Order: sequence, then structure tokens, then C-alpha cells
Amino acid sequence: MYNKVSARDIELLTQIVGNDNIFVGKDINADYAHDELGTVSNMPEVLVRVTTTEQISQIMSLAYKNTIPVTVRGSGTGLVGAAVPVCGGILLETTKMNKILELDTDNLTVTVQPGVLLMELAAFAEENDLLYPPDPGEKSATIGGNISTNAGGMRAVKYGVTRDYVRALTVVAPNGDILNLGGKVAKNSSGYSLKDLIVGSEGTLGIITEAVLDLVPLPKVSVSLLVPFTDMKSAIAAVPQIFKSKITPTAIEYMSRDTILFAEDYLGKKFPDKKNEAYILLTFDGNSNEQVNADMTIVAELCLNIGAVDAYIVDTEERKKSVWSARGAFLEAIKSSTTLMDECDVVVPVNKIDTFLNFTHELSNQYNIRIPSFGHAGDGNLHVYICKDDLAEDKWEKSLKEIFDKMYEKARELGGLVSGEHGIGYAKKVYLKEQLGNEQIALMQGIKKVFDEKNILNPNKVCF
Amino acid sequence: MDILVCIKQVPGSTNVEVDPVTGVLKRDGIASKMNPYDLYAIETALLLTEKFGGSVQVITMGPPQAKSIITEAICMGAEKGTVLSDRKFAGADVLATAYTLSQGIKKAGKYDLIICGKQTTDGDTAQVGAEISEFLNMPNISNVLSIENVSDNTVTLTASQDEKIVKMKIKMPCVISVDADINTPRLPSFKVQKQVDDSKIQFLSFADFEDQNVNNYGLAGSATQVERIFPPEKLQEKCSIQGTPTEQADQLYDLIRRIKIV
Repeated sequence: MYNKVSARDIELLTQIVGNDNIFVGKDINADYAHDELGTVSNMPEVLVRVTTTEQISQIMSLAYKNTIPVTVRGSGTGLVGAAVPVCGGILLETTKMNKILELDTDNLTVTVQPGVLLMELAAFAEENDLLYPPDPGEKSATIGGNISTNAGGMRAVKYGVTRDYVRALTVVAPNGDILNLGGKVAKNSSGYSLKDLIVGSEGTLGIITEAVLDLVPLPKVSVSLLVPFTDMKSAIAAVPQIFKSKITPTAIEYMSRDTILFAEDYLGKKFPDKKNEAYILLTFDGNSNEQVNADMTIVAELCLNIGAVDAYIVDTEERKKSVWSARGAFLEAIKSSTTLMDECDVVVPVNKIDTFLNFTHELSNQYNIRIPSFGHAGDGNLHVYICKDDLAEDKWEKSLKEIFDKMYEKARELGGLVSGEHGIGYAKKVYLKEQLGNEQIALMQGIKKVFDEKNILNPNKVCF
Repeated sequence: MDILVCIKQVPGSTNVEVDPVTGVLKRDGIASKMNPYDLYAIETALLLTEKFGGSVQVITMGPPQAKSIITEAICMGAEKGTVLSDRKFAGADVLATAYTLSQGIKKAGKYDLIICGKQTTDGDTAQVGAEISEFLNMPNISNVLSIENVSDNTVTLTASQDEKIVKMKIKMPCVISVDADINTPRLPSFKVQKQVDDSKIQFLSFADFEDQNVNNYGLAGSATQVERIFPPEKLQEKCSIQGTPTEQADQLYDLIRRIKIV
């Protein structure tokens, strides 16, 4: 169905990107076969590092003409194989397109290339007394990849997710056409929102080459609260109560003692408190100490009234670092604690989190497999990791499939969805189909076909 | 074992302006916090009393609003604290500060162990601990990396001394200054904060001190005068290790040995 990359194609690609930016066959580093999790793996035939929209357009024209599959890759920090070239072909890396092009203080927007890292964007906004609110845990992800998965991160409780901050996109279509979607406008009722279709499409509909993002004024004060509970159920039960209090924290994260201990081992640093079984970590931000402290006090009192052991104040840079650096390292820490792991990124209604987590604990006992987890308690998005440890390969494959089947079934039963922010990619396709049913999958496939009639852009992903 | 920890209120941010005329830090309107290095000293004291029994108190010199860091220390687990506050103490350099603290310590009580942080983030002299020990006529060890034991009125500890890491014993009462990262300081408790009242915080002024010579305090008692304050240049040392894997390993080992990681 697809053509292999020919010597002539290599010649033409070299003309487009130059000798230094093309790697063929054995010259491609093995890491380009997989993403962060590594459970999906296949080498591309050729790797090209692009620097301009025009180069991408030319490459897509060539690929379209010769029916060669193309997969786009940023930092490769994805967790579901979305950036893995499962059909071979061309792997197009955007990390060299890493310039912040414009800060527009009249419209409060920033225009970036897709290879800008989230940590660079966050620092740039802060230097200008502004905030780019989406805050996924993986700060070395590129903004292009982040927009492609619509990962929202920790501040989603108050500020929403990435889609809410994308005003305009420049996109190269699979046939090489360059499209300008959306604009530097605050409102838009101008036909179907193609821009919003691209957000979260995991590189299957078009290649993002430029993005105009919304910024907000940087809150002057930010304080966190680490609230210990004797068990997970009471910790999670606090979340709906906090919402009922009409206070909206910026973030509400859940962490268990086990996960904290992994982070301690991984970072070689001690967490300020680990006497208790379960914790929620909240952040409050605003423009005055009085307002932020008043919000924090209401929530701290509320937590104590419903059984929290205490409420620890995380108010200085040093204290924030000691707590949030551990939170930021959870994924890597769990990864380093085992031989192989796979993940589940379900999102469930906030008042069903404890039911779902309890279910994962039951599965852990039933299969005698470690299933550590952490997650965004404020938005119901949980990150659950199934660890292989020293399990034999055949038993691992069988148990993993059964555990996943049961988890996704439970999430459906609770009114949840397959992915909160990591996406579907290649690894979760089967669960998406199970959840959405034939009609919705057919609609998605129809959309894909309109954008990409030859199915050359990131084929075999999401809905195929 | 009764432990006293010396703490200081410092500007909450490193971006503090300096008054171009007086050369003094512009502290008005700037949020303040406890000197981050002092948090390690408090945690050291709390860990020692958890293990060996006793009490932890804190002391600070500063304006009346420095009371807030005493409250913070109590929220971390200290029993009570003292604020040394008097206009006569204003403008003190490190010598006058250490002398004022030593006078305050004599008045505040009797302690087996006095713990200071390594330095402050605003003054950066790292001398207060050693100078207090001189004024109180107590032995002193700075740059303490860990405390192994307390028995027979003696503290066994490890400290970084010039080129070496040295394990030492010091007789109590004594003064020590602990390094940053000796532990992970605990967080202040909201539960305790709700209960803290002024009865746990004592204010002392010049009138309470044994030495009534005003010339030993504040600007008058300072041996040094500030000519100019400016942020230090940021030093970032980068090095590239070249050679065969064995040569690189040797160079890396030498490097981490030089900076005392091993």
C-alpha cells in the first residue's frame, strides 16, 4: 500500500533539508524507534530534521506524490506510541524549529514554533510577567507535541487545558498545502473549527508548524498546601468538598506514600513528610497575599474538619521546590523502579476517583502485580502504571492485557474516558474503539480521510 | 537537651533593590521569609530532640515584624521563641549582630546546643555562628554535614573543613553551624498555626541586656561599614571531559572528589 523510501526520495529530501539534517537506515539512532514508554517500536527508513514550514510543505508534497508514510516527532516524550513510525517511511523531527517568534502584549499572545520546549515557554512567559497556564508534568515535551495530545497538566482545575489556549495554528496538510487556522482573535464563530480538530489529533491530520497561544497575567502570589490523610479514600473524598466550598485551587494533585518513596529513591532527596498513607497537594494563586491566604485557610480548615491529619504550608520557593520536584519526578521514578511498565491515563468524574483507584488496588492484589498511581485529583485524570518487575514475558503479556481490559471497562462503567491527556496514539486504539463504538469511530475515520485521503500522515493511529 | 536555633528574617526574593544613596537593601514593601539556611538548623534541632529528648527554642534579632518567623518556627515544631528588637540594634554588621544575639541568648536561657544555619541569603557572611561562640565562650564547629550521636555531654558530628571531611567530637554547651541539605526541613503546620498565641513569643530589648554600653550595639558597635551592596556575579563553571572511557572516568572521579561528593 505504501511505497518504500527510494534513493531518489533520499536525494530529494537531502536537497530540501541539507546533508546535516538527514539520517538514513543504520545512521538513525535506535531511540527514534520508540517514545518515552517504549512499548511500541519500529524504525523509520529516513529521519529528517526540519527548520521551516516550507521544508515541511515540500516534504509532504513529495511524500504525498510517492505515497510514503510520514510521522512527526517532537521530543519523543509521548507515552502511547503516537510519534512512533509504525509503518516506517519518513520520520520528521521538529525539535530544530524551536524559536519563540513573537510576544504580542497588546493581544496577550505568544507565537511559537513547534519545537519550543514547555519549560522554555513557561520561563519566557514568566520573564515577561505572564503565564502560559497549561502545565503538563513533562516539561521537556515540545509545544507541538503538547498541542497534538491536548495534554492539560496540573493547572487544568482552574485554567483549563491546552486547547483553551491555542488561538491559531499554521499547519501543513498531508498533501503539502499550508493552512492558517484560527487567528489572533478572542472569539471565533466562523465555521467548523479546524484549528480545534488539529488540537489533540496526535499528528494524524496535519503538521503544526507555528502556534499562537494565549497568555494570562502572571499571578503575583502562589501558595501550596500539602494535606496528609490516613488513607486514599479520605484524601480523594476531600476533592468534591473543596469544589463545594466555591474555592477553585489552581491544582489538586493526589499522591500516595508509595509513589513518594519511589521519587525519594529516584531523586536521592527526602520528601518533607511521608508519615501518612495518602496526600493531596493543592495550589492557590492570585494577586494578593490576603486573597490567596484566605482561600488557603478555608480549604485547610475544611480538610481538617473532614479528617485530614494536618495541612502543611508550602509558601516559599525552597518549600515549593522540595514538594513539587518530587511530584514532577513521579513518572520517571516509577519507571526506574521496574524493568518495564505500561500506563493507563483514564479520566473519570472527580467523585469516582476513589472507586477507580480502589479497583486498581484490587487488580494489583488479584494479579500480584505492582500498580502504583498518581494523578490530577482535581480533574479526575489518573496516571496508573502497571509494573512488570521480574514477571516472565508470557505471563506479563497475558496479565497486562487482562488488567487493561478490566481497567478501561471500569472507567467506562464510571462514566470516564480512555485518555485524559496522553492520547490514544497506537497503544490505546483498541480501547478507544470499545468505548466510542462504530458510529463515532466511523466519523473520526471520515474526518481523517477528508484531511488525508492517501492516509500517509501518521497512519495506523488513533481511529484506524 | 535544650537546643536554641538562631534564625533571621530575610527578603522573600533575591531581586531586592539597593538604595543608591545609603547602599542599604530596600526592605519596605518587600515580602519577607525565614532565611532558607535556618530551616536546616531548625530541622536538625527537631530531629535531635526527637531522638535524644529535650526542647527546641528559636531566637532572632530584627524589627518587631520578625515575630512572624518565630511563629513559623513554632509551626515547624519549636516550643517557643525570642525576638531581640530595639532601635539601638539597627544598622548592626555581623560583629554587632553576633554580640547582640549573644547578649540575648544569655538572657533567654541556658542551652546545651546552639545551632545556626550556614549563612543568610541577604548578608552571606557565614560568621555569626562562630562569633556567637566567641562571645559566649563556647566551642564551635561550622559546616556541619551530619550529626552522628549525642552522649556524655558530647556531640559526635561530621563537618567539611578546608580540603577534608572530618569526624569530630565537641563538648556541650557548644555552637554549631549546619550546612544546607543536611536534611529536608519539615513544612510548617496549619494545625499548629491556628493555636499559636503570643505567650510563646518573648520580646527582649537593650534594657533587658547585661551589657548596657550602647556603643556595643547597632551601627555604633559595628566594626565594618557597608560601602556598597550589589548582587554577586553568577558563577557557572562548565567543563567538558574528553578522552577514552577510562580517562573520562578518571577525570570525572577527580572532579567529584575535588568537590567532595566522594
